[in-house]
Amino acid sequence: MAYLELNNIYKTYGKGENEPEVLSNINLSIEEGEFVAIVGFTGSGKTTLVNLINGLITPTKGEVLFKGEPVMGTSHERGVIFQNYSLLPWLTVGQNVYMAVKEAFPKKSKAELHAIVADYVEMVSLTPAINKRPKELSGGMRQRVSVARALAMKPEMIIMDEPLGALDALTRGNLQDEILNIWGKDKRTALLITNDVDEGIYMADRIIPLRPGPNATLGPEFKIDIERPRDKTEMNDNPNFKKTRNAIIEYLMDIGNERKTEAKEAIVLPDLSPKDFVNQF
Amino acid sequence: MKQSITLGKVTNFVGLGFLSTLKDLFTGKLEREDLKNVLRKTVVPLASMLLFIGLWHLGAKSLYNIEAEFKIEKALTDQGPEAADALRSCIASGDSSCQPNTLPSPSQVWDSYKSLLRDHNIIKADKAAFIEKTAVLNEKRLAEGKDAITYTGRPSFVDQIFRSLKTVFAGFLLALFIAVPLGIFIGLSPTLKSAFNWFIQIFKPVSPVVWYLLVFMIVKTLLIDSSEDSSFTISFISVGFCSMWATLVNTAMGVATVDKDYINVAKVLKLGPFQKIFKVVLPSSLPLIFTGLKITLSVAWMVLIAIELLAQSPGLGLFVWEEFQNGANDSNAKIIVAMFVIGIIGFLLDRIMLTIQNWVSFDKTEGI
Repeated sequence: MAYLELNNIYKTYGKGENEPEVLSNINLSIEEGEFVAIVGFTGSGKTTLVNLINGLITPTKGEVLFKGEPVMGTSHERGVIFQNYSLLPWLTVGQNVYMAVKEAFPKKSKAELHAIVADYVEMVSLTPAINKRPKELSGGMRQRVSVARALAMKPEMIIMDEPLGALDALTRGNLQDEILNIWGKDKRTALLITNDVDEGIYMADRIIPLRPGPNATLGPEFKIDIERPRDKTEMNDNPNFKKTRNAIIEYLMDIGNERKTEAKEAIVLPDLSPKDFVNQF
Repeated sequence: MKQSITLGKVTNFVGLGFLSTLKDLFTGKLEREDLKNVLRKTVVPLASMLLFIGLWHLGAKSLYNIEAEFKIEKALTDQGPEAADALRSCIASGDSSCQPNTLPSPSQVWDSYKSLLRDHNIIKADKAAFIEKTAVLNEKRLAEGKDAITYTGRPSFVDQIFRSLKTVFAGFLLALFIAVPLGIFIGLSPTLKSAFNWFIQIFKPVSPVVWYLLVFMIVKTLLIDSSEDSSFTISFISVGFCSMWATLVNTAMGVATVDKDYINVAKVLKLGPFQKIFKVVLPSSLPLIFTGLKITLSVAWMVLIAIELLAQSPGLGLFVWEEFQNGANDSNAKIIVAMFVIGIIGFLLDRIMLTIQNWVSFDKTEGI
């Protein structure tokens, strides 16, 4: 049995006849220890998908199975790294991580908890900033705190919702390596949602494109057969990399074009102008 | 690294930024462009103050003349030309017995201010002498199990100010302890919100006078056995009830509109209900709660005067009312002094709350 399974997931928001179907017929299975990336356009329903998996929302139809059990609400077994860091601005770096650790390990003593916090803050190399508040940190540092907070709870699976989307290219590259390093240590299952194909290829074992919503659904998967540890510069010359990259981008472009032509056909503008349009000016 | 605290930071923080520009002016650190700014922030307010005092002086003078003319005219028709002449010379001589009763001029107000301070010093000395005199006797009385003799003389103007501050803080604390917890509950539970909504909407606009009467009806009966003066109790409770609404509404709104990201964090971390309230919901609504408290304090200070006046509770309100009833020659000037004192204290209270509010506030985008 797969580690995480999504069976025939449908998700709609609102009520009534014109309720928009954000996700439809999503099927996905992730094996233990696997690193899967889902790539899609902005607004294609990626965050909805992630919230379904981490348990913040429930599907309208279908089921999410985690280790064979249906997902009911959030769990410490699935750590989440949010798109917008979501640190609490009134707490310091250490306190932000401590709050998570304390909830995850209620039986541990204070000293043990503080040791865990120190470990993970060290792991994302923020020890000098442990007593700073988020406003004193750069975007990259904030996201590292968010990574430390998610990992310090020792989740069995890490869910990342466009974690590096708001960062500049250099910081992004560094953090990709850091996340891969941390992931490589104990090979937890990981799901990365991203809008960057290169990032997906560099980090994941498998890439699945998300066809944009409404009615977003998963496209065919692409396996990445590049040995780890991967090297960014070498990878650019790897024929496998080029092939996969082109295939994915082509696929995404095709969807994009499809969508454009659809849009052209669908919308016929009525010949109307506002009443008393002239008089108002 | 410790952040250095400079004068500029402190003054900007408490909203008195012009003080630091003033300092720059004297230490010669100013650029030419800044000069315009300094002029705008220091010279312009000073000039407008002088203009205000000047207009006040002219206005008071013309009111004085109208009143004097009227008095003389009246004397002329009632008692004949001799009485009118006598009155005219009496007014011109500045004798206090026949001065027209009207808006006092700035200089009269300043004199009254000085006389109130003098009065305060006299009463203070009197009080100190009394305490010294009764010290030995009081010790003896206490040893015998009797109550000590206390000073029961007239309170000075400064004493009245402190009594008023005491009332306002008691009322403010009452508002704080009722409105903040209630606001949190209302903000958290939509059921409680619909249960309390009509109540808030109806009682919020009720005037201080009516609140006073309502509190009076209840407290009078509750304290029916007590021989003590209940005016202080009644006035601080009324002040609290009048002023608590801003805090109640703001707290409820702050708690109900916590950023969704923070709520998601609380869910993903699986915080318990208490942890969620104290670690996430409350800190994130603190800025709004303090905005409410700031409004509450200024409303409390504003309604205090009316309520003290009605409740006959010692303080600035009663002082104003007594001076008005008194009708002495300098009563009007004393009322204006009280008006300025009330305004300045209100301004200072507002500044204190603003400082605290800045302290607890955070930028919404800081963690995002």
